[in-house]
Amino acid sequence: MELTLWTYEGPPHIGAMRIATSMKKLHYVLHAPQGDTYADLLFTMIERRGSRPPVTYTTFQARDLGGDTAELVKGHIKEAVDRFKPETLLVGESCTAELIQDQPGSLAKGMGFDIPIVSLELPAYSKKENWGGSETFYQIVRTLLKDHSNEFKHTWQEEKRRPRVNLLGPTLLGFRCRDDVLEIQKLLGQYGVDVNVVAPLGASPADIMRIPNADVNVCLYPEIAESTCIWLERNLNIPFTTTVPLGVGATQDFLKELHELLEMEIPQSVNESNNSKLTWYSNSVDSNYLTGKRVFIFGDGTHALAAARIANEELGFKVVGLGTYSREMARKVRPAAKALGLEALITNDYLEVEGAIKETSPELVLGTQMERHSAKRLGIPCAVISTPMHVQDVPARYSPQMGWEGANVIFDDWVHPLMMGLEEHLIGMFKHDFEFVDGHQSHLGHLGGKGNQNSNEEVKTKISSDSKTSNAEPIWTHEGERELSKIPFFVRGKVRRNTENYARQAGCREINEETLYDAKAHYKA
Amino acid sequence: MSGATLLKESGPKEVFCGLTSIVWLHRRMPDAFFLVVGSRTCAHLIQSAAGVMIFAEPRFGTAILEERDLAGLADAHDELDRVVKNLLARRPEIKTLFLVGSCPSEVIKIDLSRVAENLNIELKGQVTVLNYSGSGIETTFTQGEDGALKALIPLMPKSNQKKLLLVGTLANAVEDRLISIFNRLGIDNVESFPPRQSTELPSIGPKTKVLLTQPYLTDTARELKNKGAEIIDAPFPLGVTGSTLWIQAAANLFGIDKSIVDSILNPLISRAKQALAPHVEKLSGKKLFLLPESQLEIPLARFLSNECGMEIVEIGTPYLNRDLMKAEIDLLPPDCRIVEGQHVEKQLDRVRDSSPDLVVCGMGLANPLEAEGISTKWSIEMVFSPIHGIDQASDLAELFSRPLRRHDILNPKTLTSN
Repeated sequence: MELTLWTYEGPPHIGAMRIATSMKKLHYVLHAPQGDTYADLLFTMIERRGSRPPVTYTTFQARDLGGDTAELVKGHIKEAVDRFKPETLLVGESCTAELIQDQPGSLAKGMGFDIPIVSLELPAYSKKENWGGSETFYQIVRTLLKDHSNEFKHTWQEEKRRPRVNLLGPTLLGFRCRDDVLEIQKLLGQYGVDVNVVAPLGASPADIMRIPNADVNVCLYPEIAESTCIWLERNLNIPFTTTVPLGVGATQDFLKELHELLEMEIPQSVNESNNSKLTWYSNSVDSNYLTGKRVFIFGDGTHALAAARIANEELGFKVVGLGTYSREMARKVRPAAKALGLEALITNDYLEVEGAIKETSPELVLGTQMERHSAKRLGIPCAVISTPMHVQDVPARYSPQMGWEGANVIFDDWVHPLMMGLEEHLIGMFKHDFEFVDGHQSHLGHLGGKGNQNSNEEVKTKISSDSKTSNAEPIWTHEGERELSKIPFFVRGKVRRNTENYARQAGCREINEETLYDAKAHYKA
Repeated sequence: MSGATLLKESGPKEVFCGLTSIVWLHRRMPDAFFLVVGSRTCAHLIQSAAGVMIFAEPRFGTAILEERDLAGLADAHDELDRVVKNLLARRPEIKTLFLVGSCPSEVIKIDLSRVAENLNIELKGQVTVLNYSGSGIETTFTQGEDGALKALIPLMPKSNQKKLLLVGTLANAVEDRLISIFNRLGIDNVESFPPRQSTELPSIGPKTKVLLTQPYLTDTARELKNKGAEIIDAPFPLGVTGSTLWIQAAANLFGIDKSIVDSILNPLISRAKQALAPHVEKLSGKKLFLLPESQLEIPLARFLSNECGMEIVEIGTPYLNRDLMKAEIDLLPPDCRIVEGQHVEKQLDRVRDSSPDLVVCGMGLANPLEAEGISTKWSIEMVFSPIHGIDQASDLAELFSRPLRRHDILNPKTLTSN
């Protein structure tokens, strides 16, 4: 048993939902109690999706447990297939249903449907969200392609066509996946490589069936797609890329790896220094102050590893902490940390991460939304680099992390929370001047809160001293002041002014609890 | 009962489970901690519903069951014991610890009452350990508060004093306001349950008169009755009428002269109606569909139809307690359609067929409906906002008029030439 106040990853069936909701013409029957329907809001609120996830929850209750829950499951499966007419059906269970062992997958397979049925077994008491996503994607691909003949395939050169690849791994609730896909598609287009299938994001079961038409698989997010890529390599002889194109260096390496796999000559342009602005910006004089900035990195495996490389090689930071919450990626993160002279922090406990941040006292934290909160409490600038997703991680603007443009975005996102080079010099120079407000850190918006409060207090004193000077002014009674104090500070000043105006108009000498409510009603009407 | 049509429906549901109540209960009693004994799903649910990241160390958490806990039950009890002791050592400010049962803990039958009992003996009163179930196989959303309050009742001291007890979590400012109105009426001994500190429980006895502030407290009301308290029959304090009837019901029982009640309430009523007027203008004649979730659906429909002139298409309610809801249903317009239970797909079909102007629903359904051009209001907002009492009637109405106003701003009606 593990005490958890907050968790980086949801249970494995949430991973399955991410795959199901990312795809088209597919439906997921989830044997689960009613409370588990909360998961819909992850998609409709965080991603602001305008459609419901394609998930039917059986929502069984305690009173059903005495009876035949298997019949209940079958009823829901039948209704879901009739209503949604999916091309492929996923069937699985959440933590509670796992305990009652109804085997919904076998039940569904015995119902005589003429569509492929993918039965998901995702152990809820030992595995987590990313594992569940990876397993679900793998099971879908395996189910749909297991009978695909593995006969000799011509190369793109032999067929006299452009090479084509699949982009595997992007999902909903994945970090900036939507924009990464566009950026990688653009990048590949520039090198004459076509995209065959993108999956799971936007793919239908029919698209999955087209996966074998590609020459190479691009594994964009190993957390989700690596096991599928390995299976496709073993069974259908499709090789896959292992470099994730996050950062300038990794994008170059990715292009080289891809060209080698496709037996294409590596063009010179891959190495040009003006592909991404990150390279020049980082070389520009203003960036001098970035040298050796202490940075603490924590996130999912892929983004934490990439961040460490970018920070160390491309921005000239000093990495003082590196870790991940994905145990599946610990194997890769440990040696990367060691190469930086660090011990990797592998944990699911955010308080342990916060403790490590405190201990290393970095100047910048690159983490998840939770590290953003921890860093805020500690007064350290932070940029978010990884899931779990927050509504802020789904920006309206185009904002990829991968490829050349992704590197540009990363430069801005990581450097803007810090003070600009010249700004830092000026503050150092002028901090003893009387005009200089102590603790001024324009980049730390949250510390500004203190200043706001001060100005509010000023307004308050000003008004009350005004009200003392003139006899005609209404006077606040003790009750009135007490009632006013219950109003949130950010509107209190406005309420005070409105109430006084109202009291003056109404000819009240005293402002008590009732006057406040009278004024409230007056201004509402 | 009035002419309301009561229907039942079953099928796939789309509602929160009772664990979600922790989101407001922990704020009400800052000296209490809520420890869910459950799975990673439970932990993920609460953090998703509550936006937990804003807390440094939240006053709720989950003891996540792992594979080895499922292997042997004796181990699970010992493990829970260990987790609780670690937690209490780390958080000495905790005065009351609620062990909250979940779907998995109920299914594998972890005996939380036994764990609580043993811990209470060991802790010798330094911390009180209680238990209740917030599991989704037994409870819906606000029912979690019912369970938590019921668990506190055995600890309430006995008293023979005549008093008015307000039962159900209210926003502190609203609670102060309601108490000050009762004091003005001449009812001096007014207390609240749950209290603001878990250790300052109000006393109870045969002279305790209970006014329920929330409609979801079935078990709590029954237990209070068993302790000798009288539950006052009244609608719930939402809107001008509901709040007035609610206050009057208590005043009658305390023998307060009608003229005094009128002299105090009438100015509040006319002021509230004045403030309500602009919202009535916006809401009047608009069609409203309430999907089941918070159990506040019936009182809200009553307010929005009777005082704001909305036309009710359907009132969904997760379950219907006819005794507690009788006064509310009596006030509903005739032929109002109340559907108990849910088949979410069929219900959404009815939503689309009736093309309502506003749908009250859960967070999972709101954006998909908005994307279809239907304005929505989150039902979870009702349990976080100060909406109770005569003075708050216009604030309550504004929660519903705002989405309509916004819709009009963003979609101005343009004259077309053809």
